[in-house]
Amino acid sequence: MDVAKAQDKNMTDRINKLRQQSLNAVNLINAERAVLVTEFYETGIDRQVSVPVSRAMAFDHILRNKLICINQGELIVGERGPAPKACPTYPEICLHSLDDLEILDSRKKVSFKVDDEVRRIYTEKIIPFWKGRSNRERIMNSLPPDWLDAYKAGVFTEFQEQRAPGHTVLGSKIYRQGMTDLLKQIGEEISRLDFIQDPMAYEKREELKAMEIAANAMIKFAGRYAVKLENLAKGENEPSRKSELLKLAEICRHVPAHAPRTLHEALQYYWFVHLGVITELNPWDSFNPGRLDQHLLPFYRKGIEDGSLTKEKAIEILQSFWIKFNNHPAPPKVGVTALESNTYTDFCLINLGGVKSDGSDAVNELTFILLDVIEEMRLLQPSSMVQISKKNPNNFIQRTLQITKTGFGQPSYFNTDAITQELVRQGKTLEDARNGGASGCVEAGAFGTEAYILSGYFNLAKILELALNNGFDSHTRKQVGVISGNPEEFASFGELMNAFQKQLEYFTAIKMRGNNIIHRIFADYMPVPFLSLLIDDCIGKAIDYNAGGARYNTTYIQGVGLGSITDSLTAIKYHVFEKQTISMKGLLEALSGDFKDYEEFRKELVYHTPKYGNDDDYADDQARLVFRMFFEAVDNKPTSIGGKHRINMLPTTSHVYFGSVIGALPDGRKAHQPLSEGISPFQGADHKGPTAVLKSASKIDHLLTGGTLLNQKFAPSFFDGDEAINKLAGLIRAYFRMDGHHIQFNVVTAAALIDAQKHPEKHRDLIVRVAGYSDYFNDLGEDLQNEIIRRTEHQGV
Amino acid sequence: MRGLVFDIRKFTVNDGPGIRCTIFLKGCPLSCCWCHNPESQTGLPETSTKSISFDGRIFREEEISGKWMNIDEILEEVEKDWIFYEESGGGVTISGGEPAFQPEFLLALLREMKARGINIALDTCGYTEWKNLAVTMDYVDLYLYDLKILDDGIHQKYTGVSNKLILENLKKLADSGKWIVVRIPVIPGINDADEDFTALQSYLEPLRPGVNEIHLLPFHTAAENKYKRFGKENLMKNIKSLPKEALLERKMELEALGYIVKIGG
Repeated sequence: MDVAKAQDKNMTDRINKLRQQSLNAVNLINAERAVLVTEFYETGIDRQVSVPVSRAMAFDHILRNKLICINQGELIVGERGPAPKACPTYPEICLHSLDDLEILDSRKKVSFKVDDEVRRIYTEKIIPFWKGRSNRERIMNSLPPDWLDAYKAGVFTEFQEQRAPGHTVLGSKIYRQGMTDLLKQIGEEISRLDFIQDPMAYEKREELKAMEIAANAMIKFAGRYAVKLENLAKGENEPSRKSELLKLAEICRHVPAHAPRTLHEALQYYWFVHLGVITELNPWDSFNPGRLDQHLLPFYRKGIEDGSLTKEKAIEILQSFWIKFNNHPAPPKVGVTALESNTYTDFCLINLGGVKSDGSDAVNELTFILLDVIEEMRLLQPSSMVQISKKNPNNFIQRTLQITKTGFGQPSYFNTDAITQELVRQGKTLEDARNGGASGCVEAGAFGTEAYILSGYFNLAKILELALNNGFDSHTRKQVGVISGNPEEFASFGELMNAFQKQLEYFTAIKMRGNNIIHRIFADYMPVPFLSLLIDDCIGKAIDYNAGGARYNTTYIQGVGLGSITDSLTAIKYHVFEKQTISMKGLLEALSGDFKDYEEFRKELVYHTPKYGNDDDYADDQARLVFRMFFEAVDNKPTSIGGKHRINMLPTTSHVYFGSVIGALPDGRKAHQPLSEGISPFQGADHKGPTAVLKSASKIDHLLTGGTLLNQKFAPSFFDGDEAINKLAGLIRAYFRMDGHHIQFNVVTAAALIDAQKHPEKHRDLIVRVAGYSDYFNDLGEDLQNEIIRRTEHQGV
Repeated sequence: MRGLVFDIRKFTVNDGPGIRCTIFLKGCPLSCCWCHNPESQTGLPETSTKSISFDGRIFREEEISGKWMNIDEILEEVEKDWIFYEESGGGVTISGGEPAFQPEFLLALLREMKARGINIALDTCGYTEWKNLAVTMDYVDLYLYDLKILDDGIHQKYTGVSNKLILENLKKLADSGKWIVVRIPVIPGINDADEDFTALQSYLEPLRPGVNEIHLLPFHTAAENKYKRFGKENLMKNIKSLPKEALLERKMELEALGYIVKIGG
């Protein structure tokens, strides 16, 4: 179905083949990088040189010796592994045990095949060398017991435990400067070092030397591609591919050494840089080119004007570029995370639209071409989003909605004007803020100038559970939190909120202390000289990206479960303190028994208690309160690499894990069930339609965050016709006028409708369009429900 | 002053332009046998029993349909969505039941909404004294005027009343210069034959250009559950939903005559 759809469209035969190759490729673990990095460290050179220099030399060793892979017919070359979807490991960061490899090989979702050869290499070489030496072990040995207790209880997660920080997006630098230009700048910086006045001169020189090694390594790596392409050309009989191979070789000789001259060179340069960043280490939320329609526009226009490029050729190159992303799954994790998480795509979120650095409308002809590419490629990676400013035209939103309608969850919608204000509030210049956007899931960042490091998800609902148990965690059977009072003695809702705040402040402080330890470990032991070349002002400051070299350094803690915590607090306020339908003692009993013998009460909680998501201040006030407390506990607290802590509100899939470590909650949710997701209402808690959800969601101050995530479900029929599309555009505009940060439309599938028929209580919010009007799916008769299911199936979503 | 409201719905996208909020007033002089809001017909609050299947058990709950509300209460709810009306060119639709079934309340509500600058659509069956409609013309931006059956005898049979007043009122309204959309619920076997459409055309022809837009609303079985819940007899039990596609030809015929036609609202 997928394929048929794509073939109908504007796709050349070769692109179709490459796309199929990417879709059919099996994820596998490849030991090439692990072997090369181990070989390097076995020489012991790292004990003779500084840490940054040894990291750069390890990088150089990998790029010099890895296999060069060129796929048949591709226009953008370069694979991280020896073949598409052959995924390397990073034992210096996190060492996979044989059990971990077993889990990856056999788990149901997003498995990575592990062959006997990899197992043998791991047994004989990788594990013996790295056991006790990986950065993960270094981190775990450095963290205090209170951190470890909270971590085990599921109060928060830790991103840097298995992956390097690296959350950043590239700006416009590479489109203006080649690696040789950067080398020149590095040379100048070295010559300017003052070993008398500057006590850090040595550290700076070592970092600059490391950057120099990394830049040269990348130029040589591209040269290896050029050689291979020239060899392939020799053996190629088909004249057009032969000349194409020679042209590609010429491109690889020009970039990344020099600034690109054409659209093709610009994309190939970016791709080499991308490979460098994800080979050097395994940064979170893999790197991406960010504002692609802005960066490429001058090259596109020039090519069209001088006749060297056609629109069709540009599309083909872009499609080939798109497929490269899809060939690169995220490096798989270990332990519990590997067992339960299935988010194994990295989040390369390409940004379109928004505003230029002078604040004017940035939508251009290439924006629409890229939207076509997104629609035709229909790939999980790269992911895509549109930035919508009040200055952007409506036809931009309308075109994007038509893609959303096809139901693969892309692109998502972001509010440029909110992002700009968020970044400016944090202290960025207006221009740097306008050059930014969102990456990963929804995280705001100043592209090319900021290290914005996600440090971990924070379980807001767990904090309430701990407050209701005076700090005792029934999941790990341990006093994990502070003594915040026996809830049965609380005389008012205010006293409960005080206890909640006490626990919240206790655990956010633990998390931030941990962050500051982990940041130093990365700064001291795992610098990234190659990434540092790319992000301003690492070269100028002669400080590594992981040590605070970027112009802006931000560390985020991401709050999870806003809907669940809001509804739970509201239920306590309503039933215990106001209506007094139950005592605190009774409530605690109901919760500890998972509502056994309290079914009637649970029904009241689910159906007859005010809930977040219905534009009802009675409930939404608790969202405001919790948000404010979380914000004040974290925002502006310093980090150990010269940055600031900030908050985000997003879960990825952690709301499922976080739910699994919490018993029953006062909102009526049963033990171990998932929490609410993003800033969305708890599943089924909203029953007044999307406008009420958006109103509730905008009651927290998005501008104080670095990103919030809101999902909205719609049946495909809501996208039928121009009028319907315009109404959805109005919905987005209204949410963004209220400073909403992000909204994403999930087009409801037939399978979801079938589930709604079976479990109506989970889908109270599901609205469908019946002929001529809309209604709650639950309210429809079974025949009509079946009819709508059939119709949805027919629409192919 | 208070009026009897049986529902207020947000994000209604089929009752006029833009994103709208629809206020459903209770009470209707007609009793169409295909009515999809059977609980809207009587002019008094009604109690029904709703069963909720929950945790493997069935809970029965009494539900009261119809709530006496004053104008401020309604406006408070309606104005929560101001920003959506503004961004989408939407507003409020007053529907029913039949809004003019509570004429004084309707007029007071219209006045207050107009004073606040809200775009107003009025969804009416047209069965009310002309003066009740005439007074609304100063406030209403769009009339959604329901036409069912042109033959008076058949009209009486299926709706319980004569269509004379309805047809006369539309004629008068057509002269007002207001934006009018005629909405026709198309019911299989009752008003979907060729002669029904011929009759419709010859009735509407003299009303042009006052009436230039027609929405065909295909019958659907959405109300089946409601009939059960309110213990009312569903006379349309054996009639199947009409797919949108079945009306495409009708749409094209009417378009050929120069009408703006939509299937669905």
